[in-house]
Amino acid sequence: MSVAALVLNIKDNVATAVRPLNHGDGIDVAVGDKVVNVVLLQAIPFGHKFALRDIENGGQIFKYGEKIGQATVRIKKGEHVHIHNVEGLRGRGDIP
Amino acid sequence: MNFMGYRRKSGAIGTRNHVLVFPTVICASAVAGMISKAVPGTVTVTHSHGCGHMAEEKEHMIRAMAGFCGHPNVAGVLLVGLGCELITPEVIAEEITKAGQRFEVLNIQAEGGTTAAVRKGKSLAEKLLKEANRARREPVDISELIIGTNCGASDTLSGLTANPALGVASDMLVAAGGTVLLSETPELIGAEQVLARRAAGEAVKKRIWEITSAVEALVKKAGVDIRGSEPSPGNIEGGLTTLEEKSLGAVLKGGTSKIRQVICYAEKPSEKGLVIMDSPAHDAVCNTGMIAGSAQVIVFTTGRGTPLGAPTVPVIKVSSNSGIYQRMKENIDINAGDILDGAETIESVGERIFREIIEVASGKITRAEILGHAEFAIHSLGLAV
Repeated sequence: MSVAALVLNIKDNVATAVRPLNHGDGIDVAVGDKVVNVVLLQAIPFGHKFALRDIENGGQIFKYGEKIGQATVRIKKGEHVHIHNVEGLRGRGDIP
Repeated sequence: MNFMGYRRKSGAIGTRNHVLVFPTVICASAVAGMISKAVPGTVTVTHSHGCGHMAEEKEHMIRAMAGFCGHPNVAGVLLVGLGCELITPEVIAEEITKAGQRFEVLNIQAEGGTTAAVRKGKSLAEKLLKEANRARREPVDISELIIGTNCGASDTLSGLTANPALGVASDMLVAAGGTVLLSETPELIGAEQVLARRAAGEAVKKRIWEITSAVEALVKKAGVDIRGSEPSPGNIEGGLTTLEEKSLGAVLKGGTSKIRQVICYAEKPSEKGLVIMDSPAHDAVCNTGMIAGSAQVIVFTTGRGTPLGAPTVPVIKVSSNSGIYQRMKENIDINAGDILDGAETIESVGERIFREIIEVASGKITRAEILGHAEFAIHSLGLAV
């Protein structure tokens, strides 16, 4: 079986699915030299992200070892991470 | 290491040998198109500019048009104008003649209308074509190469496969003494800290933050959320959540070298190595700016697939995943999706991209060229009346 998901930096708290993944799948993800097992709470489309651990409301999302945005609700390990629960903080002319 | 290029009078090196029929104003676009159609082997463009520009937009337009017309991939250019516009053929001719570019000038009003202008233009273009056909390729060191990098219709895989693989090729070219342009300023937002760490000096570091702050200030002035524009709806469908995420994946195209310089849109780099061009992220606008800035080959990564090419410069297309490669094979030159299947590594695809750059620079035709893609666009600074 080919790799299911990729993590780019040990600081990251999200993984990217490199094939479509199903709700309930138990995924082994390589994080540095460790392997993290994540049970998916939702189906994850190809190219989309899921949480490697619980993330608090307002917590930073890390990918490439850098901040890519902030959680707008509490995100559970194995949940789909996308625009419904994360917002970018740059280029936000809508925030006074 | 050498490639086979056309050495021009100015010393600049071409990777193609085109005769360009260029309207300096929109009013001459149709006539330029008719001339080009009547003289097979020539290329032409359409655009909506050339008149009404004020202040710095005038200089910006002249720099972009002159850079494009004076490019070493253009053996000769027929400049077509109407006669009463702001940017006349003579204005562009004055700029490109400094570098010894071969040109002819045609004014529709002076010729007495469409039919007479097309007749005269046809004979001028035929003359330029005949001269161009005498040019021959010769071995040139690859340190003479300037490549433009671009990514369009990106998905999350772009940042995992195609962009880092292009980054490997960028590093190889820089190590060989060549130049790489990293562009698309909005897609540097959120990745400045990564780039600033690699800036060659404080002035470059300051400029990196200045150009992204200017774009962010524009968004704030408009009072909008950049999401929806950046990332675009297609990017979001592909799994990109925020602009920061998109940017961190996008800047991987430039590789890991020191950033030597930050230049304006359509400006020619005066340094070799990795250089940032301050440009909109709009794909055709960005390509045109990099061509005007002397890029002789463009490498363009895509996750969701785009057919984009350019009129005078070859555009090598690299797909980020095998699904889009299978669906749009005719538009894609190299598939980086094999990295996901484990069949290839980022390094091995990077080396393939590097070899493809050398071959395409030496005359190998890209998919976009085969299909006739020749998109062209210059952005407006909003200073036109």
